[in-house]
Amino acid sequence: MKSKKKTLNNAGLFITFMGPSLIAFTCVLLIPFLYGVFLTFTNYNPIKGTKDFVGFANFIAIFSDKEFLTQFIKTLGYVFYSTIFCNVIAFILAYLLTSNIKAQNFLRGGFFTPNLIGGIILGYIWKFIFANVVTQIGNSLDIETLKTSLLTHPDRAILAMIIVTVWQYAGYLMMIYIAGFVGIQKEVLEAAEIDGAKGMKKLFNITIPSMVPSFIICFFITISRGFMAYDLNLALTNGAPYGSTRLASMHIYQKAFQANQYAVGQAEAIVLFIVVAIVTVSQVLLTKKYEVEA
Amino acid sequence: MIGNKIARFFKYFFIYVLLIIFIIPFFLMINNSFKTTQQFIESPFSLPEKIDFSNYVNAFKKMNFLDGFVNSITITLISVALILLTASMAAYFLVRIKWKVNKIIFAILVASMIVPFQAVMIPLVSIYGNLKLLNNKWILIFMYMGFGQAFAVFIFHGFIKNIPIEMEEAVLIDGGNKLQSFFKVVLPLLTPVMVTVLILDILWIWNDYLLPSLVLLSPVQKTLPLSTYSFFQTYSVDYAPLMAGIVLTILPVLIGYIFAQKQIIKGVVQGAIK
Repeated sequence: MKSKKKTLNNAGLFITFMGPSLIAFTCVLLIPFLYGVFLTFTNYNPIKGTKDFVGFANFIAIFSDKEFLTQFIKTLGYVFYSTIFCNVIAFILAYLLTSNIKAQNFLRGGFFTPNLIGGIILGYIWKFIFANVVTQIGNSLDIETLKTSLLTHPDRAILAMIIVTVWQYAGYLMMIYIAGFVGIQKEVLEAAEIDGAKGMKKLFNITIPSMVPSFIICFFITISRGFMAYDLNLALTNGAPYGSTRLASMHIYQKAFQANQYAVGQAEAIVLFIVVAIVTVSQVLLTKKYEVEA
Repeated sequence: MIGNKIARFFKYFFIYVLLIIFIIPFFLMINNSFKTTQQFIESPFSLPEKIDFSNYVNAFKKMNFLDGFVNSITITLISVALILLTASMAAYFLVRIKWKVNKIIFAILVASMIVPFQAVMIPLVSIYGNLKLLNNKWILIFMYMGFGQAFAVFIFHGFIKNIPIEMEEAVLIDGGNKLQSFFKVVLPLLTPVMVTVLILDILWIWNDYLLPSLVLLSPVQKTLPLSTYSFFQTYSVDYAPLMAGIVLTILPVLIGYIFAQKQIIKGVVQGAIK
């Protein structure tokens, strides 16, 4: 009798505390995710009303789809370069801003500002800048490469995406690196200086190895956000010119909602998920390993 | 000594040049929002001849700014409030009740954080579309509540773990139940992490485009990012009002940033480090 009451009590406790959270999580993320994995093995199409089992046909279709493969490789390039540039600039900024400079808070606040604004707005702001402001500068200074908008060159438009991404995230990553710099204990640095480590030597032998946790976080953020970039892509280039800047997320969106190939689009999304998971997890493991060795 | 001074000069020079590059897009938007499209195309850098708010009036009407603003505010605030309440209660339960299943639930929540939105977007639209639940503000709020759980529970879990159980014992000895001890003892202690989650979730939901673009289909329900997008699609040639539209959209965020810069930066960094 007593234990029955206790079970009932526990159940009530579980429902009160976990109920809303679990229901929302399950209905919004868990079920759609599992259902999504299931859909990749069907020819699901809500317009035709089909949902038959087709095995691995969708995955085979992806890997024979030249357009998807080129755009996926483009995405990899975009993620690679934006990750490198974001982190290099953020690290330099953080280094300078923790080195006894005046008006630190003002400067930090300024560099951080772009991060507060959504990708759609950022995309439109820069669209004007590339199309109207930069070309204006090019014309008045007579610099040939600046005279036409970066956004109109099929082989260079992706650069515009990288530039805006760096502009958007550098200030954010800078804050994380600043926290890393501040976190290094003064004694360690002083001991290093007594041992004769100075300037660059101190930076590379002491500072950088003790900031591995910051590197892990920053690379994780830039890589995972890079693969998911959509808003900025939509507003800045919308894939133009000639689909040369259509990144993976946009490809998936258009495949499903514009070309109505829902199942193939979903299979591509799962491939994207697997790639993101592999890249981010191995990045974290690799950096952790380095941390132990250092 | 002189070498030091030169190095110092270059350091300041470099930082301020970069700062100008970072800030100039905002300056250009504001500057050109007071000009005509003609003036803007001819010389984007020149200052406006007079402060003329007609672009703002124009943009405000055409993008239904007031509707978008009210929708954004309600959706963001209600979603964030629900996330904070439900996730902190769930995290409390997961920490304090040592069931095996709780470990599994927590592991699933943490693992789910790696799933990109794109991987659930198509089935999400298909399921909720079939149930005729799309085009509904409350469903969008429910979705934000679901997508926000994992991260919030993870952060709260880490914090509650470090609250000694002894602090709750006073309430429990007085005959109070878990609910009272959560609301009287634990919840007040959670304030600093609450602020972190609050700020991150506000920024995420306020700026989000893709999810509302899939869920909210009728014009009167649009959030600000959606109304900005359709405004730009419809009036893509007339630049000047578009500039004013951008300024209007980012103004609420910038005002918030001016008043709460410290908390925002702290919140964003804390959220990333944990």
